[in-house]
Amino acid sequence: MYDKIFPPKKIALPNGKVVLEKRSRVPVILVLLLIAAYFSIKFTGFSLSVLAERWNEFFVIIIDMIPPKWDYTPHIWKPLLDTIKMSLLGSVLGSIVAIPIAYLASTNVVKSKIVVAITKVFLSILRTMPTLVTALIATFVFGLGTLAGTVAIFIFTVAYVGKLLYEQIENVNMGAFEAMESLGMNRIQAFRYAIFPQVLPNYLSTSLFCFEGNVRYAAILGYVGAGGIGLLLNEGLGWRDYASVGMILLTLVITVFIIERVSEHFRKRLI
Amino acid sequence: MDTIEKQLSASPNNRRYLLVVTTILLVLFIWSFTAINLQNVEESGWKIATSILSGIVHPDLDLLLTFTTQGVPYLLVETIAIAFLGTIIGSILAIPLAFLSASNVVPSPVAWVTRLLLIMIRTVPALVYGLMFIRVTGPGPFAGVLTIALVSIGMLAKLFVDAIEDLDTSILESMTSIGCTTFEKIRFGIVPQLFSMFLSTIIYRFDMNLREASVLGLVGAGGIGAPLIFAMNSYRWNEVGSILIGLVILILIVELLSNNLRGKLVRG
Repeated sequence: MYDKIFPPKKIALPNGKVVLEKRSRVPVILVLLLIAAYFSIKFTGFSLSVLAERWNEFFVIIIDMIPPKWDYTPHIWKPLLDTIKMSLLGSVLGSIVAIPIAYLASTNVVKSKIVVAITKVFLSILRTMPTLVTALIATFVFGLGTLAGTVAIFIFTVAYVGKLLYEQIENVNMGAFEAMESLGMNRIQAFRYAIFPQVLPNYLSTSLFCFEGNVRYAAILGYVGAGGIGLLLNEGLGWRDYASVGMILLTLVITVFIIERVSEHFRKRLI
Repeated sequence: MDTIEKQLSASPNNRRYLLVVTTILLVLFIWSFTAINLQNVEESGWKIATSILSGIVHPDLDLLLTFTTQGVPYLLVETIAIAFLGTIIGSILAIPLAFLSASNVVPSPVAWVTRLLLIMIRTVPALVYGLMFIRVTGPGPFAGVLTIALVSIGMLAKLFVDAIEDLDTSILESMTSIGCTTFEKIRFGIVPQLFSMFLSTIIYRFDMNLREASVLGLVGAGGIGAPLIFAMNSYRWNEVGSILIGLVILILIVELLSNNLRGKLVRG
């Protein structure tokens, strides 16, 4: 289509051969991007003059956060531990539940196309729901508190680990599976002994990575009342007590950093 | 003892290590149950769950299909606009930061400082940035754009750095040897190596930003989040249903497109 409107350039080589050089598509894509950017600016009311005039307002809050209020620390421990517990519980349960769901969603082990399609659609719908929205719904169903947050993290983990796991299962070497089936094992046994060991390191590494991210998500879930440190964050921001917010963020940065380091260590060992 | 048994016994025995890790994990897992308190679970929860489900099954079709500023399509377009503009600004800002934190481009102290800055940018939750930017621009989608831009920088720069550190420098050496100028080296030696990786990362981030933008409304930074939470807090489940359906469809479409585009980019 594009090559018909802008015919490719002909280059005659010294030996008399003619080669075609396709025209670059960059200009068209650039124009499309510019149009999209123009409309986005219209829709969002983006204005550089406001930004140039008031950008220093952004640093007002940051300056208020420094120095952080050190004696606020005793209040932080319990919600911080709650946040970690929520994400740990949600991640562990979620990754366990993800196994049977990923099994059902893999085309190479489940022969029924309907089951596979339904499970895949179910997984992608779960995955599209932003965690904060899931948490909000969970607070309505399970009441305010850590249970709602755990449920939200659980759902996200099932969707995320489930998707990556079924992709791995589908890319696995099927020879061992077929051999075990021919020995008279049923599908689940063959899955357990032929496929599961192949995907296990990757599965554990994905789960750890998901846990890492979940700690970060769990930190804001309290904003909608789903327990954890977000509750304090919400309070601090609401009362404009920015020194405490600074302390919360500092402990959060340190915690996330430590957890990332530990999980990275184990993930490197796994692969 | 035949060969197979010999091989089996020769395999490294890390049972003790596994046992220790499993025990630690199990203890942590059980300990984390203490965080769950059940006294807040009320009888009405089940009723609300069913009414949410019925709201999703019977969405408010008026809201889903009108094209006024209150309707779902307009809000979705606004969310896309926030994510799009935020991604572009974020990626433009992330490129210099990425070069500044690549250890093969700048001296290592500079790289370390920039990396630390990036870690800090990444860890602060988007909602906090949202509240900070609302002070700058007032509530509305503009604040959302700035928030998304800032949040994207962290991840984009990190992935860009990986691509930059993998640069094949022998190409640059061979270009020097045939007498290319610095500009030519950048244009034909560096840009082609990085361009598709960068573009693929940016598209992926746009996909994530769309989700991010859809919740930023919770703090008043524009997009579809605000109407969603209003509808929920006033128990209008039909509206919640139509907003959620719109959101899920949009995200699914964008994910499909972005996967296709990235697949094409990777294959060249």
